Formats: sequence, structure tokens, C-alpha cells
Amino acid sequence: MQEKSAILTGNEAIARGAYEAGVTLASAYPGTPSTEVLETIAGFKDNEIWCEWAPNEKVALEVAAGASLTGVRAMVAMKHVGLNVAADPLMTLSYVGVEGGLVVVVADDPGMHSSQNEQDTRNYARFAKIPLLEPSDSQEAKDFAIFAFELSERFRTPVILRSTTRISHCKSPVKILKRKTLSRKAHFVKNPERYVPVPRYGRVMRQKVEERTAKLREYASKCPYNLVIKRGDDLGIVTSGVSFQYAMEEFPDASILKLGLSYPFPDSLIREFASHYRKIIVIEELDDFLEEHIRSLGIDAKGREYFPGIGELSPDKVAQGYRKIKGETVQEENQDEKESFSLPARPPVFCPGCPHRGLFYALSRIDCIVTGDIGCYSLGVFPPYDRMDTILCMGGGITLAQGMDRAGFRDKPLIGVVGDSTFFHSGITGLLEISYNKGISTIIIVDNRVTAMTGHQDHPGTGKTLMGDDTYTALPEDFARACGIKNVKVIDPLDLKRTLEVIREEIKKDSPSVIISRRPCALIEKKRKSALFIDPDACTDCGRCLRVGCPAIYKKDDKILIDSILCNGCGFCAQVCPQGAIKPVQKN
Amino acid sequence: MRERTFNVVIVGVGGQGILLTSDILAEVAFEEGYDVKKSEIHGMAQRGGSVISEVRFGEKVYSPLIKKGEADILLALEKLEALRFSIYLKKEGIAIVNNLEIPPLGVNLGKEKYPRDIFSRIEHKISRVIRVEAITMAKKAGSPKTMNVVMLGVLSPFLPFSISSWEKVIKKRVPSYSTEFNIRAFKLGRTYQEQEKKLEKLS
Repeated sequence: MQEKSAILTGNEAIARGAYEAGVTLASAYPGTPSTEVLETIAGFKDNEIWCEWAPNEKVALEVAAGASLTGVRAMVAMKHVGLNVAADPLMTLSYVGVEGGLVVVVADDPGMHSSQNEQDTRNYARFAKIPLLEPSDSQEAKDFAIFAFELSERFRTPVILRSTTRISHCKSPVKILKRKTLSRKAHFVKNPERYVPVPRYGRVMRQKVEERTAKLREYASKCPYNLVIKRGDDLGIVTSGVSFQYAMEEFPDASILKLGLSYPFPDSLIREFASHYRKIIVIEELDDFLEEHIRSLGIDAKGREYFPGIGELSPDKVAQGYRKIKGETVQEENQDEKESFSLPARPPVFCPGCPHRGLFYALSRIDCIVTGDIGCYSLGVFPPYDRMDTILCMGGGITLAQGMDRAGFRDKPLIGVVGDSTFFHSGITGLLEISYNKGISTIIIVDNRVTAMTGHQDHPGTGKTLMGDDTYTALPEDFARACGIKNVKVIDPLDLKRTLEVIREEIKKDSPSVIISRRPCALIEKKRKSALFIDPDACTDCGRCLRVGCPAIYKKDDKILIDSILCNGCGFCAQVCPQGAIKPVQKN
Repeated sequence: MRERTFNVVIVGVGGQGILLTSDILAEVAFEEGYDVKKSEIHGMAQRGGSVISEVRFGEKVYSPLIKKGEADILLALEKLEALRFSIYLKKEGIAIVNNLEIPPLGVNLGKEKYPRDIFSRIEHKISRVIRVEAITMAKKAGSPKTMNVVMLGVLSPFLPFSISSWEKVIKKRVPSYSTEFNIRAFKLGRTYQEQEKKLEKLS
């Protein structure tokens, strides 16, 4: 029989692994580069699997933990910063342990392609004292997902499956197998000594965590996913994740210790491996996680000397490290690279018809401080808007404004901007803080009816579940009122006059306001108006329309034009044209 | 070709369908029995920004990323992006460039200039540059949206894949209502160079 295989992204492969391993529940909050894990599991349409978007990662992990305690297998997925939000349940779940296997998929983003920081999730494994697996391609992503459930049940611990952008979003061939039938029925046997970490029981659990870690460390040295690839006798490389691939290509003469189960560290295996080679090199992305530990074993391993710890690794950087190790002089960036940097940059922009353009254009007309948040609207930091003065974390758009306010800052009006999905994720407590602690700032919830930046996922405000069922639609204005905010207004951000009017009115008030800036994301809105055009007889080339920053409006040979394919017909630019020169295309 | 790894870099502007284009190429290589790796970036990096996707195929492929100066082919859906990423090409590599200008925001705001000498600058570095009027051809195929499949058509004679694999994957990956346009777009692209040569002879 011919084996079935397909080329899958790492995320699709992890989902496939969860499916084949007989997962019963999967929960996540979307976050690049992890989002497709849940979308893919939902796509299997297996009615044995409950698949959901949680309001945030903490909730997702708690839901998965609850499921695990009933004996079924559960998976939760998030991006690296999501684990900060879910760190609270993770730390104690390490003590409580699991019944059904529980796998925490965390996708790091070295190089910050779509993130506000680059943190190395491997540190969390050591911090929480739980095992961590690092796949190197899609086949391993699937195999490790299945193995993670087995490991989780065998050692009764949650397991982190750590991916990175280049694992999650790279495609490579994967063998496809059938789903395992587990026929487990959710059940719960009372056992407070195991599930209730009040100090009396918690102290015992704490002891058991150490015993478990010791057993896992011993197991790690025998684990089939920690393997040695013998190629040469001089250099020995210790590596994991995608770095393994670069090592295989750029160090053809070195032997490699590839760590799939990288925490707890397989000490005896590392010592054994190191004893065979003259020089031990560590190739790892981000922190010196392996290097530091290997050095602590008394082994003279070197890594950071040759490979940068900032940004993602690449075959170029690893090849450069190879040359350094061989004592060759490494040339700095060449002429071609300098040329690439001198070209006009092409940063991401708001899409044609994007509701955020309307809001940020309006904000750019007002002298104010904007404390921003995480989402497409983070692009409001760039010209032509320049209206995002801080970003910290999800929900921070609301609370940083409050902090500045309570510190006594009165030089300019304070406006906090937060997305709808971000508001449900971690904005509600911030609003409570403002009303409870008598703040006066104005919070604008940019409600485009979807989690847009990660690729249009549903959330509690969309009225749809991940599995496509209708459900309760949460409205930010209801939450605002319930939190005690008296001034609550809803505007259409593409109505410039009204938007300016409402913002100017609300920032004057000495009580807090919430403005819901509501219009669906231009990419999900099915109705599309016909494109606009610029009447050359009326246009005076003043360039004001160019300064709304729409990619459909451009200048060619000193004429301002609208690209009729890109234009979405939202009509916002027509509202800024002093000549009334922007008109709908007349259909013949 | 199977012994060595073949590298293709596909670039353009977010929204041009770069990811679908590289998906099709990767699947065709897979269909033909090669080991394949394909890399791309999602999220903030799109939204009208520069986009790069890398496809590698061969007997056994390790790294999902291509080293600078090691791409055999650069397939560019936009001119400025072709120049920006031409650093990936080998000297003896081939640049297939859509003759299309999409000015970035800085250019529209009058802060930067769109380079006027893109083709000569790429030609200065790379021995072979193929200029493609992909939009004209896509319109001829029935829809301007088939531009990226036109480009795959132009790319196809340089790769060791059968037409049937190309057509099979294209049919699988494009929306069913546009299958006909896309197959036509692929064929127009595939015969593009022959047509160009004929025109040269005539003139």
C-alpha cells in the first residue's frame, strides 16, 4: 500500500499530530506564528474534537487543564508572548500535573517578524520545571506532537512543544496516518491531595516535581529524539530546532547531537557526546539556553562567540560562524547588501478601505498622546499618521493611559487605543481600573468585528465560534457601561467629520469615555463599492488625498491617480479632497 | 538536477498572491517526487509590505532558507522588490521580473524616489533578466488576477517538471470559477519566451 503524504506547514503538522494522537479538546487565542494550529484542527471536522478560540491564552490553558483532569487529551496553542499571559496556570499546573496528556504549543518569533519582542520559550520549561520538545521540520512537528501526548501521560506533566516562525510557517513533506481511537470518556475522581495545591498538599507536590524532573532528565538521555549524527571526528555540534537544519548544511564535516527533547537537559548524553570531539560548538537561536548549561557541566562549549543571539539564525549567519571557527576573516556586509538597504522601504500599510485609516487620520488632526496596543492598528505609529506613542502588551493601550493620567500628566489629552479582540483578551480589567480609580482618559475601541492581523479569526464579539456555530455576541459598549463608564459613544471611523467631532468632545470631559470605532475589516466586508477616480479637471494636485496613506492612491508623472483594482470604494479620500475632485466611476 | 538543491526566491508586494504562488511551485516539486522546503512570513510582514517566499527542492533539503547569492531563480511580481531581493541570486542565476511598478508609501508621500533604472541595475549583476508584461498577459487570459500564474508559466520551462503536474496543482489550488483563466494564464506564460523570440525575428 502506498503511503499517503502531503507537504504541510509546521502548524498544520502539529495539528495533524494532535488529531492522530486522539486529541479531544483544543483551545487557543490566535497569535502569529501559531494561529493555524487551531484552524487546522477545526478543519478536521471530527465531532469527537471540541475546538475553540478562547478570549485569551490564560483561559485557553485553564480550559485545557480542566479537560486533561477528566482524562482526555488536550492541546493549547499560542505565540511566545501568549505564554506570559498563560504563565500563571502553567506554573501551578506543573505541580498539579495532568491525567489526559496536555500539550502546550508555543511558537516563538525570532527576528520579531510579527511580534513586539523576541523571547525564548525554552526558559519557561526550566522555570515551570516541565519538559520541552523542539521539532526541526514539519514531519518532526507531527511526530513530536504525538510523542508529546505520550510523554505528558507517562510523566503526568504538561509538555511544551516549542516551535519558531521557521518551523510553523515552513512547508515540508509529512506522512499522514489515521486517527488513533482512544475511546476515553471524560470522568473525574475526587483527589484533593493531587488536584488542590493548598500549602499542605502543595508542599508534597513540590517535592514530586523535583522527583519527576530527575526521572525526565534520566529519560532525556535515552529519548529516541535526542540523537547523534556521526560525520566527522573533530567538531561536535549541539543543536535543536531549525538551527539543526542550518548546521547540517553549513557544517558538513561536523558530528551533531540533535536535541528534540531539549529540557530537562540530557546531561549524560551531552557528556558522552562531548568526550569524543576536540571542540564542542552550540548552535541555537535566541538565548544561550543550551550553551550555558553545557558549560555548567564543565564542558568548554562555545556558541555565542560565533553565532548571534539577537534575531533569527539563517544559513548565512551559520555559514559566517563556520568561517569564524575555521579562523577565516569574515567580511562585513558587501556592496549589494548596502544597496538593498538604500532602496525605498516598503513597510506594511493599512489596506484600502481599512477602517483604522479613518480613525488614525482623524487622530493625526488632534494634538494628543495615544497609548496603543497590539493589532493591525499598531501601524498607526508610522507616517502619515504618527499617532501611536506607546505599545507595551495586549490591554496596555488602556492601562498605560490610566497610569499617565494618575501620574498627573495633563499636557495633552490622553487617548488609549485598543482592538476589539484585544479588548476581550485583556482590556476589560483595564476599563474597570479606569472607572474604579477615577481616571479621565478617552479609550477608543477599534472594533473591526474580527481578530484581523492574525488572519481573521472569530472572537467573543463576532457571534461565531471557531467551529462555525452561532453564539452570543459580546459588545464592547455593554462591557464599558458595565465597568461603570458613563460616556460611551459608537462612531463609524470612515465618517471623518463625525469621528473628529466625537473625539474632540470626549477628550474635553473630566470623566472617562469609551468610543467604539466600529466598521468591519475591509478584507472581510463582502459588499464592495465601485472604485473612485480623480477628476483631472477638478484636481489641483494639492496631495492631501495622498496623505491619507491609501495604497490605492499614487502619483505617476506628477499626476495623482487611483488604482481601480486596489480601490475598495470606501470614499474616505473624497472627504479630505478640498476640491471635491474624487468621484465614483461613472458606469456606462 | 535531482542531486543538487535548486533554489527559487519569489518576491513581491503583500496582497499580490506570493504565498499562493510559492505554494503551487512547492506542490509541483513535491508532486514530481522531490524533497521540498518552502518558507514564508505571515502577519505584520504582509499588509502591502515587501514579501519574500523561498522554495527549495532536491534529493534532500535541510535549510528552509536560501543563502544570499545562492538562488537559481528570482521570480519577482514587482520591479522594486526584484531589485531589493536580487542579492539572493547567483551571478549565473535568472531574474524573471514582472514589469510592474507599485510605489511604496514613502514614494507617494514624496519622501523617496522610485528608482528609474531598476532593470539596468539588475542586469548589471545578473547575466539573465527576463522582463514580463504579466498584467497584459493576465488580462489576455481572462483576469488580471492570474498575473502570478502567468509568472509561474514563464518560470516553468526552467524547471524539470511536467506540464501535467503544473496543471494538476494549479487546478487544485485556484478557486474553481477561475480554473480556466488560470490554465490559460499558465500556458501564455509558458510560451512567453518563444513568442518573444518570434517577435524579435520579425522585427
